[in-house]
Amino acid sequence: MSDKKNQNGVQDNSRRVFLKNSGLTVGGLIVGGALGGLIGKKPGSSKPASTEPGGHQMSNSSNPSRALMYFTNQEDFSTIEAAAEQIFPKTDVGPGAKDLDVAYYIDHQLAGNWGLNTKEYMSGPFSLADSVPELGYQTHLKRHEIFDLGIQALNSTAQKKHKKKFHELEGDQQVAILKDFEADKVKLNGATSASNFFGLLRKATIEGVYADPMYGGNKDMAGWKMKNFPGHQMSYKDIIEKDSFVKMDPKSLSSM
Amino acid sequence: MAKKLPKTDIVTVGVGWVGGIIASELTKKGYKVVGLERGKSRSTQDYLKVHDELRYAQRYELMQDLSRETVTIRHNLKQKALPYREWGSFLFGDGLGGSGVHWNGQTYLFLPYDFEIYSKTVEHYGKNKIPKGMTIQDWGITHDELLPYYNQFLKMSGISGEPNPLKGSPQYKYPTKPMLESSEMKLFKDAASKLGYHPYSMPSANLSENYTNPDNISRGACQYCGFCERFGCEYGAKADPVVTVLPVAEKTGKYELRTHSVVRKVLHSGGKATGVLYVDTRTGEEYIQEAEVVVLSAYQMNNVKIMLNSKLGKPYDPKTGQGVIGKNYAYQVNFGGSTGFFDKEYNVFAGAGALGANLDDFNGDFFDHSDLNFIHGANVRIGKSGNRPIQNNAVPAGTPSWGKEFKDASIKYANRTISVGAQGASMPWADNYLDLDPTYKDAFGDPLVRMTFNWKDQDKQLGKYLGEKTAGILKEMGASKVNQGGQKVGDYDIRNYQSTHNTGGSIMGADPETSALNNYLQMWDCENVFSAGANAFGHNSGYNPTGTVGALAYRAAEGIEKYLKKGGSLA
Repeated sequence: MSDKKNQNGVQDNSRRVFLKNSGLTVGGLIVGGALGGLIGKKPGSSKPASTEPGGHQMSNSSNPSRALMYFTNQEDFSTIEAAAEQIFPKTDVGPGAKDLDVAYYIDHQLAGNWGLNTKEYMSGPFSLADSVPELGYQTHLKRHEIFDLGIQALNSTAQKKHKKKFHELEGDQQVAILKDFEADKVKLNGATSASNFFGLLRKATIEGVYADPMYGGNKDMAGWKMKNFPGHQMSYKDIIEKDSFVKMDPKSLSSM
Repeated sequence: MAKKLPKTDIVTVGVGWVGGIIASELTKKGYKVVGLERGKSRSTQDYLKVHDELRYAQRYELMQDLSRETVTIRHNLKQKALPYREWGSFLFGDGLGGSGVHWNGQTYLFLPYDFEIYSKTVEHYGKNKIPKGMTIQDWGITHDELLPYYNQFLKMSGISGEPNPLKGSPQYKYPTKPMLESSEMKLFKDAASKLGYHPYSMPSANLSENYTNPDNISRGACQYCGFCERFGCEYGAKADPVVTVLPVAEKTGKYELRTHSVVRKVLHSGGKATGVLYVDTRTGEEYIQEAEVVVLSAYQMNNVKIMLNSKLGKPYDPKTGQGVIGKNYAYQVNFGGSTGFFDKEYNVFAGAGALGANLDDFNGDFFDHSDLNFIHGANVRIGKSGNRPIQNNAVPAGTPSWGKEFKDASIKYANRTISVGAQGASMPWADNYLDLDPTYKDAFGDPLVRMTFNWKDQDKQLGKYLGEKTAGILKEMGASKVNQGGQKVGDYDIRNYQSTHNTGGSIMGADPETSALNNYLQMWDCENVFSAGANAFGHNSGYNPTGTVGALAYRAAEGIEKYLKKGGSLA
């Protein structure tokens, strides 16, 4: 375990230093539960966690969007990442939700106005008994609370059916569970339904694929590239009358 | 205790198209106008980074903050109404320019038939054609009488268009040439012509060319950037109140705009308003703005709410049919559109809000309804406003809505999908109406508007008929697969966006027993209150409403001046 300084002279591996000094390590092994989960399974490795293959860790990333604002534990993040990947999977056509960083997008949205329902009418009474689906959103729960319940239910269903966490299941097992959610064959709690959660998750997944990359998803504009959507352009006046399809390199808002 | 402010000639409640037109017309004549706007100020400078689908289209940046105020909705008189908690079916604008900023710019003039719908229906088909409970009535003004005001709006906003080739259709001279024609528009026009229909380019407030209007306001041409609907125009090419009428009012020195000002009530006694009570949302302080004339120029639903909360006019009772405030609420029948899937790729991302082509062969009374169990119809159109990727993921019927198959199909067809829409007319019914909700309140403790509305057989039959027509056009256009619309329609579903064309609730007419406003948009029951929004429509036509709202605003401006000169009822 090294405490060497990086090129800028800033102390690296600060959490490891913290751990070492905090007394949470015993003979080099990390004892703490949550922090142990963060740091990865190989204490002593000098390799930053996020460069490990397949790792979506919360630290040492050069992409500032790849940090968590809402989820507090890796398990929840992995559950949403796996569920979003089934909604928008990697295929021959192009990358799926995971490679597009959609779970980071969802995390950021849950931390902000959307997750907190700041621009929605959230005054009571909440008359679920009088509610019909056609009259829309009628729960006192905010979207982030519906996600929390949904994640819990995805994992408890996975546990019941397969004795595993949702993100540890095979793809077709995950799909089968999501279909049950969509069809309300799983009960969340009295204040919202599995299909409500599924609807929000589907909506957020599509948004994460195609929203401007500044929101954390649509990594490298790969969502737009798949669809041949040019993003933010000033004018299409020159091509509007063209009969043939015009392929353009997409531009994000950060290019202005 | 509300603070009293010095009296002005005219106060407008809301600064969108109606508030803007009233401000410009009456300040030009030398009157003092105060504009109260609940939202913030804004200009083209605020749209530098407007090409953001998530922020503007999915998160409704330009729309009213529902946490402060919304409406409640139920399907029938027996149900308990529940709040419209998140945006879905329709969107109300907020901030300077109101819905006149986020509109698409599709600018139509209603048909002569629309203004005399009751008389013409009876004349053509007899009284029995009107089903029990349908409360259509004439508007108390004819198309010819309204035409000069329509022309004022067309010239002020610089509408681009071409003549409607349909025999018997009203003819207008548009001030600017039609928009450029895309290959999808050409395909639609060719197919429609082959089927014997009469297509023409959509009349557009997105300027086709640089234009200077009669008020000497110059604006540049549209760039077809594809971010129009739900967005403000950074070029000022799309006509909105902020780039057209408001600068004219400001220049006179007679206009005072106050943003962040929410009007709660119109104060009145003995059939005359004294002014309005409003809250400055930045300081929390209440003010009374006294005025000779009060103009309710907010969004349709909010105008009705203020009338009801102010106890202006007699509320409508659906059981007796008596009363007028809340009566004849109507919407738009948009489920008759169809979606076609093509082998060829089109530049679907490019476009403008009012770019498109349309036909009126199935609109109004241009076709024979003798053997049909509905009246009126729809403007059938192909809109090319620019398909954004989050909102547009159409897949052929039978494709799942998520997973591998969905993903691959939604990407394959992303640039191979063309929709033909049908903007169906919505008729008023005795039990589709607006009143105050007994339970839910806004941020100031005032009752919300309660909307009681559901689709009727008329709507379902109309939608089914239009679905056949729109699917037929797509097949002629060469679509390999078509999702035909209008075939299965359940209860009104607020979850999916349909149209922001809410109309009625305080309608104009010739008789104070059956209408709230006379044909100068003056309240029968309160002579110095005017309201020229879509709330004045007796029913909703097969067109977008803004052209008619604009014409009625010019008509109201003339009425207000007449009233200020001689007082009393103008009709």
